[in-house]
Amino acid sequence: MEEEMHTDAKIRAESGTGSSPRGSGCSLRHFACEQNLLSRPDGSASFLQGVAEKSRERLIRNTCEAVVLGTLHPRTSITVVLQVVSDAGSLLACCLNAACMALVDAGVPMRALFCGITCALDSDGTLVLDPTSKQEKEARAVLTFALDSVERKLLMSSTKGLYSDTELQQCLAAAQAASQHVFRFYRESLQRRYSKS
Amino acid sequence: MAEAASVAAESLAGSRARAARTVLGQVVLPGEELLLPEQEDAEGPGGAVERPLSLNAGACSRVRVVCGPGLRRCGDRLLVTKCGRLRHKEPGSGSGGGVYWVDSQQKRYVPVKGDHVIGIVTAKSGDIFKVDVGGSEPASLSYLSFEGATKRNRPNVQVGDLIYGQFVVANKDMEPEMVCIDSCGRANGMGVIGQDGLLFKVTLGLIRKLLAPDCEIIQEVGKLYPLEIVFGMNGRIWVKAKTIQQTLILANILEACEHMTSDQRKQIFSRLAES
Repeated sequence: MEEEMHTDAKIRAESGTGSSPRGSGCSLRHFACEQNLLSRPDGSASFLQGVAEKSRERLIRNTCEAVVLGTLHPRTSITVVLQVVSDAGSLLACCLNAACMALVDAGVPMRALFCGITCALDSDGTLVLDPTSKQEKEARAVLTFALDSVERKLLMSSTKGLYSDTELQQCLAAAQAASQHVFRFYRESLQRRYSKS
Repeated sequence: MAEAASVAAESLAGSRARAARTVLGQVVLPGEELLLPEQEDAEGPGGAVERPLSLNAGACSRVRVVCGPGLRRCGDRLLVTKCGRLRHKEPGSGSGGGVYWVDSQQKRYVPVKGDHVIGIVTAKSGDIFKVDVGGSEPASLSYLSFEGATKRNRPNVQVGDLIYGQFVVANKDMEPEMVCIDSCGRANGMGVIGQDGLLFKVTLGLIRKLLAPDCEIIQEVGKLYPLEIVFGMNGRIWVKAKTIQQTLILANILEACEHMTSDQRKQIFSRLAES
């Protein structure tokens, strides 16, 4: 006969706990844990790792934090609200561009502008910049980079799929070249805005 | 391909710092660096110009330049932190390189010491009024900061009143404080704003345009109807005319002024003057 361990009475059941990545050295996604869900077994737990929405929020927030001069506004929270009107591929890059333009429009002091560029690698190894949703689904790997405007430095990268080291470097170089177009577009649209006054 | 990567690297000219003088009046973006006049000689077009030896070392002319809103000092250059047009003002008298600043259009106000603003009283706690000025924190206003106020003779200020005052303390580290008297103890137009009238919000750039000396808009509006008007640097305008309809017309004109050219404005004013 098996000994049954009655641990419920002795050990208090812990309700769901969540944890978020802490510190700059830790790069884990958000995870949440709940224990003692089932009554019959001696112990049970559920572990949830990597919710897509939270991860995208965290990426955009980290990019903005790297660029916004937060020291000029202590004890203040800056909230950026992004609403997806339509998703035609390259959603994360589009969100990054929108966040940058919104921060400039609000007059938040920043040390540089930033833009998002998405690359998709299909099974032949062909590189496609700014892929559509169909191209993203069929691609072997999808890489999104956030680049700053001063020296085209890499602020954030989010990748999904299989790719080699050289392919990563190629994508990064292509994204850096493409970011020039985005920054030129920023400059033109801001000049148009200020030309009205 | 290695070739593609190297070509991409060449076309990436990192944005070089430009001389502030050449960019005056143009739109600048955050992240750009600007050179001050005395540094232009050293930075030639190629960047590697030989500097002639100067026999009297230590006689380099140091000009004191004031870094205004939208600019930050970054080493010995100016870093642009906001998007807008770069402006410069020559020093009135004496030495100094003048002031550089960025004229940006934003809606959000950040309290600055010395600014005259319109605030709304939100709370009364003991001897202090809490006034909402549109910043991230409400400003505090002491009841003794009114003309002729003493401990026995308290000013008649209720929650919801409009106050026109100026900041005596306004920095990023402390709660802003405002007063309704100037340094001589006189009200000078500050204090509780009277009954009726309409308070509305516009962008900060429009307020600065309206408060510039010889502003045509204000002169034209004054010819239309007799009115009382108060401008707050926090983007708030209070206006009062004889009837409610006139007040609303004035409010609509001032809000629309931002997007109209001067010809469109003159058309609207002439049409209103006829009716």
